[in-house]
Amino acid sequence: MSTDTDEELFGDIDLGWEHTKNKLFLGLIFAASMFGVVMLALLLLDVAHTFYVGLTEFNISLVQFFTVDGSRRPELAGFRGAIVASVMLMLFTAILAFFIGLGTAVYLEEYAPDTRITRLLEANLANLAGVPSIVYGLLALAALVNGIGTGPILIAGSVALALLVMPIIIVSSQEALRAVPDSVRNGSYATGATKWQTIKEVVLPAAMPGILTGTILALARAIGETAPLLMVGALFTNRMPFGPLDRFSGMPTQIYGWAAEPSQHFIHLAGVGIVVLLSILLTMNGVAIYLRNKYETEV
Amino acid sequence: MSTETDQGPGITSGTGAKADQKANRRARRVLFGCAAITVLTTLSIFFVLIDNAASYFFGARITEVLVGGSFEQTITFTEFFTGTRWAPDHSTPAHGILPIAFGTIAITVGAAFVSIPIGTATALYLSEYSSKSVRSKLKPTLEVLAGIPTIVYGYFAISFINPVMLGPIAESLFGISIGRYSMLSGMIVVGIMTIPMVSSISEDAMQAVPDDLRNGAYALGATKFDVSLNVVIPAAVSGIFASYILAVSRAIGETMAVTLAAGFNANITANPFSEIMTMTAYMVSMARGTSAVGTVEYQSLFAVGLVLFLMTLVMNLMNDWFKRRFQEEYR
Repeated sequence: MSTDTDEELFGDIDLGWEHTKNKLFLGLIFAASMFGVVMLALLLLDVAHTFYVGLTEFNISLVQFFTVDGSRRPELAGFRGAIVASVMLMLFTAILAFFIGLGTAVYLEEYAPDTRITRLLEANLANLAGVPSIVYGLLALAALVNGIGTGPILIAGSVALALLVMPIIIVSSQEALRAVPDSVRNGSYATGATKWQTIKEVVLPAAMPGILTGTILALARAIGETAPLLMVGALFTNRMPFGPLDRFSGMPTQIYGWAAEPSQHFIHLAGVGIVVLLSILLTMNGVAIYLRNKYETEV
Repeated sequence: MSTETDQGPGITSGTGAKADQKANRRARRVLFGCAAITVLTTLSIFFVLIDNAASYFFGARITEVLVGGSFEQTITFTEFFTGTRWAPDHSTPAHGILPIAFGTIAITVGAAFVSIPIGTATALYLSEYSSKSVRSKLKPTLEVLAGIPTIVYGYFAISFINPVMLGPIAESLFGISIGRYSMLSGMIVVGIMTIPMVSSISEDAMQAVPDDLRNGAYALGATKFDVSLNVVIPAAVSGIFASYILAVSRAIGETMAVTLAAGFNANITANPFSEIMTMTAYMVSMARGTSAVGTVEYQSLFAVGLVLFLMTLVMNLMNDWFKRRFQEEYR
């Protein structure tokens, strides 16, 4: 008897629609997830295609591309000056941002008491990470290029990039420091070491692989940034810089300069430049992942 | 035995220990100095933008007034915020920021229509549906999308999205021949760029929802569809909103992709295939380095930069608020 009523009870419910609804929904969100992947594939194919057409139809010689500086005439233009400028930019950015970023991270993780000032520092950091990159360019333009009067030189670009990536370095260093177990610190204190000795001799060496990984990823971000360099005034030279006080145009600004030209030859030069830029970024990310995997097991 | 421990104080008060303590205090001060530099950066941004924007509105920088200059209002705030023509460098100049503010807002809203639905769906798929092996491939792929420089997205827009994808559509459906730049390609490209931000932060928020809530719903006979839409998303809603705000903030400040995709023609239009100009694109078009100091074009950079900075600042504060609310709920 009771089975009868059960059957009637369930008989009213048509689960067919529920099943279809679930399947449709899964199909929908799977398709949405693939959208990003498809766009990435299209982007890479597009760049590869322009690279190929550039080499074959516009006869861009890779040898010339790597050994000649930029030029107003597309058939004479190369990428050497831009590559050298970007490498130098990255070097000075690393020097400027690494120590201050690491110092801030160590202060916030190891020393900072839980006070209002500390919370202000943290909130400020979160805000800095969201400031548009072009604003850092304006800061360098007004304070250094025209304020002190340095002109559009490489070190001014480095300062803008260093301020831009500093929050990224700080946050990733904080995570690396947090991953060092407290037992390691306590072991050091038990031998009578001061806080600073513990940090210097025990915590930092243990956290260093994570810190370096984060720094490399931050520098990869810096090397692809265009807007701050444009603001500093990087668009108006083609020559290779020889030192931090020379005028410069980095890889992304050179690519922008070419891509904004109406001539198809220049646009394909930009395509070849993008392949070089993406290869460098890929290498840097590869090194970062290698470092992470190599040391991940040890800590 | 006990006599040795009694000598304890003697050990700690040795000269070496004192030097160590001193080094520790010095290190602490130096490290605090590093942290103070980050605050100094924020203050300098504020100062530089306000100082130079003052010369745009009042004809003199604040620092110049302090050494004896005088303010004389040249551009009224009414004109700046309500004028509908933007051409500070024109021979008959106009200083209404609305056209380029429209450009920025249009791109931001358009990009949100791409990144928010797709990013949320991706997050839901990654968090609730995908198998471990699919997840381990899909996640790094989307991270690659986030690591590509914005200039490359701009290039993608002018070399593919605009001529190959949108061009034929505009031509055949609307009879409009599309130019080198279009508002729609800017929206699409910025949308693609911000998908990974929405998907990864929303996914974190969804993963943080306790399994007890899901199991409770399953016990009531709910399907996965019900659980996803009626349990997981409502429970993770403040974290998901935080990701939306971050994506919007990023789209507002986005520069190179919109400059290359959407162009340099400041106008308010509803035609998605026409060229427009965002605030950031204006700044790029005026980037003249040292040569332009003291001109209205140069000063206008900072006025526009200040508006841009304040817009993203509001977004960042909102994001912070949502994030804190979410942490309160589940931790």
